[in-house]
Amino acid sequence: MDAEITLTVDGAARTLTVDTRTTLLDALRERLGVTSPKKGCDHGQCGACTVLLDGDRALPCLALAVAHDGAEITTADGLAADGELHPVQQAFIDRDAFQCGYCTPGQVCSAVGVLAEVDRGWPSHATEDLTADPQLTHDEVAERMSGNLCRCGAYVNIVPAVQQAGGVQA
Amino acid sequence: MKPFAYARPGSVAEAVRDVAAEPAAVFLAGGTNLVDHLKLGVARPDLVVDVRTLTSREISDLPDGGLRLGAASTNSEVAADRRVRERYPVLAEALLAGATGQLRNTATTGGNPLQRTRCVYFQDVTTACNKRDPGSGCSAVGGYTRHHAVLGVPAALPDPTAPETCTATHPSDMAVALAALDAQVQVLGPAGERTIPFADLHRLPGDDPSRDTVLEHGELITALDLPPLPAGARSAYRKVRDRASYAFALVSVAAVVTADGPGSSTVRIALGGVAHKPWRATRAEQVLRGGPLTEDAVRAAMAAELAAAQPQPGIDGGNGFKIPLLTRTVVATLRELVEATR
Repeated sequence: MDAEITLTVDGAARTLTVDTRTTLLDALRERLGVTSPKKGCDHGQCGACTVLLDGDRALPCLALAVAHDGAEITTADGLAADGELHPVQQAFIDRDAFQCGYCTPGQVCSAVGVLAEVDRGWPSHATEDLTADPQLTHDEVAERMSGNLCRCGAYVNIVPAVQQAGGVQA
Repeated sequence: MKPFAYARPGSVAEAVRDVAAEPAAVFLAGGTNLVDHLKLGVARPDLVVDVRTLTSREISDLPDGGLRLGAASTNSEVAADRRVRERYPVLAEALLAGATGQLRNTATTGGNPLQRTRCVYFQDVTTACNKRDPGSGCSAVGGYTRHHAVLGVPAALPDPTAPETCTATHPSDMAVALAALDAQVQVLGPAGERTIPFADLHRLPGDDPSRDTVLEHGELITALDLPPLPAGARSAYRKVRDRASYAFALVSVAAVVTADGPGSSTVRIALGGVAHKPWRATRAEQVLRGGPLTEDAVRAAMAAELAAAQPQPGIDGGNGFKIPLLTRTVVATLRELVEATR
């Protein structure tokens, strides 16, 4: 069964007809040619497809495209404004925070989400005092990024990259 | 994936009517569990009714001093809410111990408790499973049992061919906290509204393991109400798992302690990862009522609670470790709360 939807992807409105079974990830990759979000596990376990969905980091592999008609999606590809890399992207380069790069677009989008969540004062499982504003410590970053797997094991550089992008000396 | 029709009605009442009218219809909220089950072939609806933008996303104060969580509020929003963090830390801690940031941004207050009670065999459509395919048997008996139930199970090795056998666990952390908090579930159904005590929402397999909750077809959670806690009450959630983050609980404990006077406390305890439903430890609570919360008392209370526990043998070494682990985790959680009240 088909439905017509409009998605704003990295600033551009795109209208398409999808089968109701199509995930948001397949709509992006297979229908719109937006291949920055990667399909790793396709079951919400690896985080490789992470995008910003209406501003918050989310997994398009676990979303039905038809349920997100009108959504605004930012992928890692859409983060750079006017040719300037996003601070998170620059920090990943500065800190050598990737090897093969397959998980990197998801890691970058997740990190952008993490920094916004910390800015809002959102706690995590690593937050010692739930009533205080969280700090961008190593443990906080590791916990908050735990939904993004890296088979190369670049975590040791991903954590300081996220801290750098968040303005923390690491 | 089997084809299905998709509907986003104009109101909650319409959504309830749509689902009630179609036996193979399901509600969709955040979709983090349902969409996965659609892909796996575990869920095979004819109609998906999207309620994500229909129910309230508000978190609001109740006149009695409690808090109402609209069904569409996300797990992230509830965990970050200042009132939840200050007044119901057990709930914020439980939410933050579950899933990942991406999933918590999507999963909802109404949907999280209604994620399926499940196990690896339920998720694998090539195996027999009474929950997925009623009457087909249970593949978990004597199989991989590390994440399976020890409470609410009739025997150490229940009959794998019996249609009522199911040793799956409810994996929600949030639900364990809600059971300890005596939350109230606001439900709208074809017959109107009703309120269900959270501890009664989920059920044991009984004679029908396919049903996780007491909700009738077409009934929708519209909000969860948190009653106010007594002055001076302390609460906490402790989760034990195989890795530091993003793993289901092997066991978990939600506890609320209220000091009644010198040497006397009221304790509420709920256990996760050990039963087909969030397990309210009412027997342990009774043993502890009115007495001091010493380590010996807590151990005795847990011995009473776990007297009927049935450790499941399995090819992975089984899950008998959960029984001492539960007691130790309850002891540690209550010790921390008692120390904090001094």
